[in-house]
Amino acid sequence: MNEPLHRRLGLTDDELESIRSTIGRDPNPTELAMYAAMWSEHCSYKSSKVHLRNLPTDGPRVLVGPGQDAGAIDVGGGVAVVFKMESHSHPSAVEPYQGAATGVGGIVRDIISMGARPIALLDLLRFGPLTDERNRWLFDGVVAGIGGYGNCIGVPTVGGEVHFGTPHSANPTINVMCLGIAPADRLVTAAKAPPAGSLLVLFGASTGRDGIGGVSVLASRTLEDDAAESRPSVQIGDPFAGKLLIEASMEMVERGLLEGLQDLGGAGLTCAASETATRAGLGAEVDLDTVPLRQEDLEPFEILTSESQERMLAVVVPERLDDVIEVCTRWGLGAAVIGRLVDEGGTLDVRHRGAEVARVPARSLADGAPVYSRPMAVPLERDDLLGDDPTFTTMTTPVGDALLRMLSAPNVASKRWVWEQYDSIVQGGTVLGPGGDAALVRIEGTLKALALATDGKGRYSALDPYLGAAHAVAESARNVACTGATPLAITNCLNFGNPERPEVMWQFAESIRGIADACRALETPVTGGNVSFYNESGDSAIWPTAVIGIVGLIHDYRLAVRHAFGDGTLVYAMGETFPELGGSEFAESVLGVVAGRPPALDLERERALHSLLVESARGDLIRSAHDCGDGGLAIALAESAMAGGTGFAVSIPGDLPSHVSLFAESASRAVVTVDPVRASELEDLAAELRVPFARIGETGGPRMVFDQIADVTVAEATTAYEDAIPKLMSGERVLREAG
Amino acid sequence: MTARAPRVGVVTFPGSLDDRDAVRAVRAMGGEAVPLWYGERDLGGADAVILPGGFSYGDYLRTGAIARFAPVMEELRAFADAGRPVVGICNGFQILCEAGLLPGALIRNAGRRFVCRWVDIRVETSLSPFTAGLVAGEVLRVPVKHGEGQFVARGDELDWMEGDGLVVFRYCDPDGALGAEHNPNGSAAAIAGVRNEAGNVVGLMPHPEHAIDPDLGPTGGQPMFAALLQSALEPVASGIR
Repeated sequence: MNEPLHRRLGLTDDELESIRSTIGRDPNPTELAMYAAMWSEHCSYKSSKVHLRNLPTDGPRVLVGPGQDAGAIDVGGGVAVVFKMESHSHPSAVEPYQGAATGVGGIVRDIISMGARPIALLDLLRFGPLTDERNRWLFDGVVAGIGGYGNCIGVPTVGGEVHFGTPHSANPTINVMCLGIAPADRLVTAAKAPPAGSLLVLFGASTGRDGIGGVSVLASRTLEDDAAESRPSVQIGDPFAGKLLIEASMEMVERGLLEGLQDLGGAGLTCAASETATRAGLGAEVDLDTVPLRQEDLEPFEILTSESQERMLAVVVPERLDDVIEVCTRWGLGAAVIGRLVDEGGTLDVRHRGAEVARVPARSLADGAPVYSRPMAVPLERDDLLGDDPTFTTMTTPVGDALLRMLSAPNVASKRWVWEQYDSIVQGGTVLGPGGDAALVRIEGTLKALALATDGKGRYSALDPYLGAAHAVAESARNVACTGATPLAITNCLNFGNPERPEVMWQFAESIRGIADACRALETPVTGGNVSFYNESGDSAIWPTAVIGIVGLIHDYRLAVRHAFGDGTLVYAMGETFPELGGSEFAESVLGVVAGRPPALDLERERALHSLLVESARGDLIRSAHDCGDGGLAIALAESAMAGGTGFAVSIPGDLPSHVSLFAESASRAVVTVDPVRASELEDLAAELRVPFARIGETGGPRMVFDQIADVTVAEATTAYEDAIPKLMSGERVLREAG
Repeated sequence: MTARAPRVGVVTFPGSLDDRDAVRAVRAMGGEAVPLWYGERDLGGADAVILPGGFSYGDYLRTGAIARFAPVMEELRAFADAGRPVVGICNGFQILCEAGLLPGALIRNAGRRFVCRWVDIRVETSLSPFTAGLVAGEVLRVPVKHGEGQFVARGDELDWMEGDGLVVFRYCDPDGALGAEHNPNGSAAAIAGVRNEAGNVVGLMPHPEHAIDPDLGPTGGQPMFAALLQSALEPVASGIR
């Protein structure tokens, strides 16, 4: 190991030069470790910043936009909704249970930092095919880890999305979203600048040698064969301490004891101290001898960059210190004054055993990382992939067989195996839990509920990242609208390969463009997000996956619309079906190809559909609504039938080949049912809002009948749909033949 | 009917999660909820006490094993010995078993995984604070959510429990029929809840406090909380021998 220290820590020669010119001398090893952590891709967004600036972040409801621990919107009645999504993919690839568990812990602390009580979690997960044993191990461990932490802290896991695809074999994708609520006037934000002399109180768990280098070693480079050796870089979660941290933090916030609150996540104390000082526009003194340690012999750089979990940093004026200590004691948490904010030119001054071990401008750590405009290039294989469109492939499999195979395809099949491992009802606010289009969580003491969904379109994005990302926004908003809620704002988690490869950087920029266009059109501003690069091993990168987490609002949750069919209603297909099988679930699971052009997206039409769904819910006009997503119209119909235990008979209009009309994934569509007496009202409303519609049949009976195309019982479909993932997880092989 | 609303204490241990939900359920059903703290030797003048669900002490060591030593438990034991109604839900059930106030024990689910789902349970006896006034055979729909809810007891202990009618609830289908597919955790004899011999202490794994509000789902918890509020005001707990 003759490599110089800065390179071993992940800093480039140019970055070292930049540090030298900032502090006017050579940094010592402790300072170098602090810069390496804060200037890591994970903490600094140095490759993504130039693109993220293009996202629309303003809106009348936005209280806090990107750049803080979490974004916040105003949902009226003095209530602020705080939400954020984050990736924990790299640790989960190495140690799935702890990687996923600490992902939950970390995002929950981001919400607490804003002074909000966490009320819901959602998880978007991507794995390689479950036919592979290692993928089953990862899937099993991640789901158990999410449950193990989330269930134990009493925050319901109400939704999410799980998909499988070969590119995620080496690098699973683990994105966790948390949402909290707080009185709008009590948000803990940078707007409240603490005075010099305020004390820095570190509370929660003690600091150990776990997770050192988590951001720079794990999250900011690709996983290679030595991944197992990175295990010491994975943090270990203690959900019991996490629960106590929530209660203690909430009590301090509610009693107004704090000037600021910051979680210790990536880059640990270095990040918390430098960001706290920077936001206050002050400097800080930190004495490492006062930090409670798990073992005595930690080096200064270890104390400064440890990512030991369940720790928070409170900013407290001296008069309030006793109260803060008292709250921590009552909840059984350790607390120590480790430093204070000082009015000295913004310097972060760190002492250890009487000596100064670091003295650098706090802002240079928090905001001073270089910003890169990395080269971009269109992938060479793009035209081939787009040109190889499966839409006009001749179909030999009977449509009924294809439907059953689709229902048991892991991407479509029921995810009950996953969500039954999560407590989805604790806190007593879950109006709609997992398994529907969107989750609904009510705001206590009101009739309002928040609609939540996550979406990512990896397969589309692999073919066309602009369209894929735009579809993710549109579909998430459609999911929310299907329940009757108005989409309000989004957060995101952007999962990509190595940004130093021009093709990856191009995918990233295109995805941002897609999100930006869709969010502008749908008036859902971006309140924050997270970027996860380096999701690749060797030559194999994940599908570029822009994940969207959306929040919507319904004013009276008693009017919320479910997706389950009831008996004796009329079935309408809202929107229009085009010959679009490119990148579809049908193409992958029946034809065995991921190619072609993803469906077109007309954002005006999309918006009109949302208006129709929201309007008809408000008027209690419709009996069910379900988004047409993966697997198209046929899967949407089947899912509604299975959810309600009620069959249907439909006749699909138009002259497309039957498999195309059933499985095409054209955007901006939903299956809606209505009582016969109100059908004309629905038709009038659709016409007025310019949403194309077709009455295609009616509900009732035990069978799912597609006139002259297919006839399958609801029971048969349910068996295929419900048994697929449990079977795979019990090790039974499910054959995927080509159609 | 008395003019006074029954006072129902709800104990919060470190790691309790469904304490707020139990408080909400008591209030929704017309009772007065009295929040209690694990570290206090005081039951706040409660007529009945609920040990709520959650992960007290993170389930470390063994579920309920640490909570049973909490200061509040001394008072609770005396309260139970005096024949007052005590109910344990999920983690509260585990604590009552650890404390020896209920027979049997709860171990890891047979399926090895945490399970959160709606289940049907059949009332086996009206002799408990959660079933007073209910009829044996009645089926209630309530959710379960636990990783360690498999009820076990020694063979002779099970025989004694069955013989003395200490089984209060069993997992069943919507019509009350038993079957392995309706038993979410592999509990012996499909046992979902049990009582003590005196009949004033009851514990169960399902969460009736999450089955109160019709806007959120089925309401199988309503008759159970109604029974508890009624039991709370009776001068001596029903069934004391």
